[in-house]
Amino acid sequence: MEQSKLLYLRKKAAQIRRLIIEGVYNAGSGHPGGSLSCADVMAYLYFEKMNVSAADPQDPGRDRFVLSKGHASPALYAALALKGYFPAEEIKTLRKLGSRLQGHPDMHTVPGVDMSTGSLGQGFSAACGMAKAAKITGAKYHVYTLLGDGESQEGEVWEAAMFAAHYKLDNLTAFLDYNKLQIDGDVRKVMNPDPLDEKFRAFGWEVRFIDGHDFRQIEAAVSSGVKDKPLMIICDTVKGKGVSFMENAVGWHGKAPKQPEYEQAVKELDAALQEFAEVE
Amino acid sequence: MADIATRASYGRALADLGEKYMFAVMDADLSGSTQTKKFADKFPERFINCGIAEQNMIGVAAGIAATGMPVFASSFAMFASGRAYEQIRNSVGHTKLNVKICASHAGVTVGEDGATHQFCEDIAIMRSIPGMVVISPADDTEAYAAIEAILKYDGPVYCRLGRQAVPVVFDPATYKFELFKAVPLTQGDDCAVFAHGVMIDRALQAYKLLKDEGIEISVINTHTVKPLDEQTVLEYAAKTRRVVTVEEHSVIGGLGSAVCELLSEKLPTPVTRVGINDVFGVSGKAGELLDLFGLNAAGIVRAVKEQLAK
Repeated sequence: MEQSKLLYLRKKAAQIRRLIIEGVYNAGSGHPGGSLSCADVMAYLYFEKMNVSAADPQDPGRDRFVLSKGHASPALYAALALKGYFPAEEIKTLRKLGSRLQGHPDMHTVPGVDMSTGSLGQGFSAACGMAKAAKITGAKYHVYTLLGDGESQEGEVWEAAMFAAHYKLDNLTAFLDYNKLQIDGDVRKVMNPDPLDEKFRAFGWEVRFIDGHDFRQIEAAVSSGVKDKPLMIICDTVKGKGVSFMENAVGWHGKAPKQPEYEQAVKELDAALQEFAEVE
Repeated sequence: MADIATRASYGRALADLGEKYMFAVMDADLSGSTQTKKFADKFPERFINCGIAEQNMIGVAAGIAATGMPVFASSFAMFASGRAYEQIRNSVGHTKLNVKICASHAGVTVGEDGATHQFCEDIAIMRSIPGMVVISPADDTEAYAAIEAILKYDGPVYCRLGRQAVPVVFDPATYKFELFKAVPLTQGDDCAVFAHGVMIDRALQAYKLLKDEGIEISVINTHTVKPLDEQTVLEYAAKTRRVVTVEEHSVIGGLGSAVCELLSEKLPTPVTRVGINDVFGVSGKAGELLDLFGLNAAGIVRAVKEQLAK
């Protein structure tokens, strides 16, 4: 990856993180930890990989993205706003009465949201359906989906995993945000899903295990798909990434920062953004 | 004319409609039973077997529908609507996607499989989902016509089908299916009997028995349980002032409840609900079970007479 592209993507991720905090703070509730952990994957998808355009959100030939871990909606909304689907200022209406930006993504209210999600496991199945539909019609779009590691405790995830491999959905790429924390604590202590790479491999997937904050690794993994197999990219990530006091802290799964915390987070994120002031 | 199960009508309709329309059909390892196999044999590229995984089936159906392709998803009522309730609620209901959940083997007429497979609460749970259309065809003619009607309707539909072969009540040469419309089949001022599904035939038998005794009832085919045709229900309740509901379903949450909800608010009228009285089924032959639970002409006659005695 060229240095200029790398800096551009890191800037987009920093902007996404800044908007996540802006949204969750103004909402007074929401899920900052798991939104921050997937910001780099979201930046890569929306600003490098996916063939999508804010000018035509319903283009039948567009690539699809399904946020199966729907509670990370602030990360999706931030990416969509930066991509031009709606004004970035609107992130401040997140979760408020009358807002398009529902607590979990709604395909009928937010342009660019390809599937309503929120109940874990269901987005993964829907992504399989979109990929299968393309196999039936011969459409050339690619389907991307993002799951949580805690989400893998849902039985439906494994039903869908079996389905995707059975129907050879090589037009489907899944990311699993392996941030290792869920509401009740350490994922491995609540209900150990490990080893996720071996499990998906056993289910017939092509599997990569990468640092989910490293764009070079994300790019290499995304382009490493093989014919007739769905691709699973397990992203080793830090929950709360980018805000020092939220990093690896389970308490920030589903809690909004109060004003002093918000100010501290903004200070850190603005400083990070400052690094990319010259980046176009 | 030989008796035909509505699941057979469904399979035949899918296979015929597949020639005219672009849609996908899904099943969860019961394609022989639900009769989606008739479509699968003809259009294998558009048939998707999900294996025994109903939750994923509904989720995948939602994903396919989100790309603009209508989908029929089938299994036994117990699993299609019960096992996958939450997927239907969130991925199909809330999204208003074009998924038709066509569930066979509903009610006690599943027969010998017994309580775990006899789902008599499906209408109750499907009816509670905002925007969900719930239909229950009476016979081969109606079921065959209903499938094209729901395909043309843009949005989620739950269609209830039966395992058991039932008499053909309607003449296919003249029958027209109109979604959302309750259809009076007989006219009588003594009592209004609202029924759906396999109970239509039995309600018509009750009509004849009662007529012989000088009692005239209106039998109204309420094939669309949701949205309820309120105008027709109110019209016949006003005309007769006595109402009986009949269904192969729990008395809780089905057509009986829907009629009571409407009448209690808009036209308080005595109602007797004939249905499964909050119990689980047991193994037995379909006909034996309908008799056991009073879901027969005698049971309907009894309910009408109770109303008349009030």
